Amino acid sequence: MQRVLILLAHPAFERSRVQSYLVDAAQSLEGVFVHDLYQEYPDFMIDVMREQGLLMEHEVIVFQHPFYWYSAPALLKEWMDVVLEHGFGYGSRGGALKGKYLMSAISTGGSAASYQSTGVNHFTIRQLLTPFEQTANLCGMHYLEPFVVHEADRLSEKQLAQQTDRYRTSLLALQRGDAWS
Amino acid sequence: MELMLQAFIFLAAGVIAVPLASRLGLGSVLGYLIAGALIGPFALGFVKNPESIMHIAEFGVVMMLFLIGLELEPSLLWRMRGPILGLGGLQVIVTAAALGSIAYYIVDLSWQSSIAIGLILSLSSTAIALQILAERQHLKSESGQASFAVLLFQDIAVIPIIAVLPLLALSGKSTTSASEHSANLIAHFPAWQQAAITIGVIVGIILGGRLLLRPLLRFIADSQLREIFTAASLMLVVGIALLMSMVGLSPALGAFIAGVVLATSEYRHELEATVEPFKALLLGLFFMSVGANIDFELLIKKPLLITYLVLGLVVVKFIILLLLARLYRISHSERYWFAFCLAQGGEFGFVLLSLAFQNHVITESWSSLLTVTIALSMLTTPVLIMINERLLQPRLRLPKALEIGEDAKLTTPQSTPVIIAGFGRFGQIVGRLLVANNIPVTVLDNNTAHIERVRPFGFKVFYGDASRADLLEMAGAATAQVLVIAIDEKEKIRDIIRIAKKYYPNLKLYVRAYDMLNYQELQALGVDHVEREMFRSSLSLGRHVLEALGMRAYQAQRKATQFAIHDKILVEAMGKIKAERGSKAFVSEARRVQEEVLELLQADRYNRHYYTDHTWEPLSEVDLSKES
Repeated sequence: MQRVLILLAHPAFERSRVQSYLVDAAQSLEGVFVHDLYQEYPDFMIDVMREQGLLMEHEVIVFQHPFYWYSAPALLKEWMDVVLEHGFGYGSRGGALKGKYLMSAISTGGSAASYQSTGVNHFTIRQLLTPFEQTANLCGMHYLEPFVVHEADRLSEKQLAQQTDRYRTSLLALQRGDAWS
Repeated sequence: MELMLQAFIFLAAGVIAVPLASRLGLGSVLGYLIAGALIGPFALGFVKNPESIMHIAEFGVVMMLFLIGLELEPSLLWRMRGPILGLGGLQVIVTAAALGSIAYYIVDLSWQSSIAIGLILSLSSTAIALQILAERQHLKSESGQASFAVLLFQDIAVIPIIAVLPLLALSGKSTTSASEHSANLIAHFPAWQQAAITIGVIVGIILGGRLLLRPLLRFIADSQLREIFTAASLMLVVGIALLMSMVGLSPALGAFIAGVVLATSEYRHELEATVEPFKALLLGLFFMSVGANIDFELLIKKPLLITYLVLGLVVVKFIILLLLARLYRISHSERYWFAFCLAQGGEFGFVLLSLAFQNHVITESWSSLLTVTIALSMLTTPVLIMINERLLQPRLRLPKALEIGEDAKLTTPQSTPVIIAGFGRFGQIVGRLLVANNIPVTVLDNNTAHIERVRPFGFKVFYGDASRADLLEMAGAATAQVLVIAIDEKEKIRDIIRIAKKYYPNLKLYVRAYDMLNYQELQALGVDHVEREMFRSSLSLGRHVLEALGMRAYQAQRKATQFAIHDKILVEAMGKIKAERGSKAFVSEARRVQEEVLELLQADRYNRHYYTDHTWEPLSEVDLSKES
């Protein structure tokens, strides 16, 4: 079984219905560790060695966050800046993450249709996530198809339950290693 | 045999009477006094010559002043110079003038006797007043500080009074110098030489305390022989008392100075712990000997006259003290504590009266009359304090500006998620943050000034001592989630923690620590969160200094936060060291911890990324090829 590390980045987690459902789903699974960055590092003082240690202990890394300005909230970017440092994540003496898997799990207010070349957002989610994909590439990681919840603030309870189920299913697939074989 | 019998009688009387008196709410001082009176020559007659015992017991007062000195750092004493000279000086002068006038105009004594009596009776009992205040944890309060200032001035005033008494000798009679009745060795020198020697001795105590005593104490403490440290502590106090007596100064004053000098030394707590039990025993003995010395025969012979004298003394002193307290703007309810505490004759009075009689300043009959008066006035103090505490204080209607309203009394159970104990500068900030976030808090504080300052801003502040279990219960400790402890008295903090841990295991304790040692101590007690009171603000200032020196704001902020993280690791690691503080093992262990943390700091797990190049260099080809 693959060990899954979810790096949760949400500055107002307590107000997000979707994200809390997703976290509940993740936490109900054995072998999935949810690491709440804004709770751990409220002053942005990320403990680099601790984070690198966590990365080493897991095979699958999930960036779970709301889609803020087509990217991640600031703390996750800071996390990438300091943790995936030269000599660890990349560079001639890097390679600690080689062969691991990275997936983005994001929630967005926009509809699926809006994230098309014809929609208001002009680009697909996958296109907008290119910096994350290339980050994974540079670190020698496999970048997986993102998990996306659209129209997050307009979901009915029923739809929310469906999305939560879908997340649980894909996390289970990640654990089994199905997602890429 | 005789000595052991006497010791047994005193101890037994104390052991029986004091718990009884405490149980009845009379306080220990009254218990001792009554016990003394009962075993004295005029009642059961177990003790034949209580005066000789009193001489030994007076040492309790000396030790008490030594201990008080230990609590007072020189800087604090310097800050108190205003009240000591002003309030203390006025009290002695005004009281002496008032009582002297009564003696001169109403009792019709000679002017010399009147002055002497006025001066002697203006003194109050340090032993009784401070014991009562300490017992009620009132020493640090406004009234406690004022009382202390007055008592300290009186102790100093004894010196000139002793010097003046022989000069007041009734004309035509031969005078005996004060020196013959004490161990004063320098009385035959001319006045200026006496003054020079006196000042020299005081300077000697201060310098000796700084330069000699500390290394000596360290040497003795390093020997690890507990009883030798005890012996040294006692030797120190006895030695200073002896030295002071030799030059005709008050031994208590000398002990006090020595205490102040040692207040900043690292052995302060050990000295306190060592001397404290001796002080307590001797002070008890002192109170008992005062009780035993009361001349009940004289009281039976002239009951009316003595009643008038005692009443007159207490009432005049009380009124003057109350007026002075008003002049010095002591708050309303505290004024009564101050006035009741000091409205009695002092133990120095006994000595001075016999000195005055020997110098023919007053007649023998007045000397014995006033001795009884002073002793009986001491007996009234605990009773008056009880009346103050039980009847007066609860009813005291304060003037509007200082009034604690009915609504400031915690009488109905509260149920807020947070309780804050102590609402000084620290507690207020915590409270304001919570209230700003719509979290209701219940605040307990026993300082009326704090309460009056913040009540107008809509805080629910209740008057009360948070270390009382019933008040905590009423404040809602059973249902609250967090108790913030932000009071000053370390003893009380420990009490509150003990109560909370015992009765409210689910209540989280968030505590302010005074310094690093206190921080470690509180952590060891197992509270949920400790914050050093000065740490964050000092850190913030330091951070701005870094900026002033040219560091960019973000880096300065990062460096300061990083420092705080390492400092926390260091302090907590040091706190876990088992070895005794100051021992060799402790030092080496502490050094090891420091080195470890320094390594961490240099590894810089927080900021190093900012100094590496971001060339986006790929993983090396060799590595990549290995992968597939």
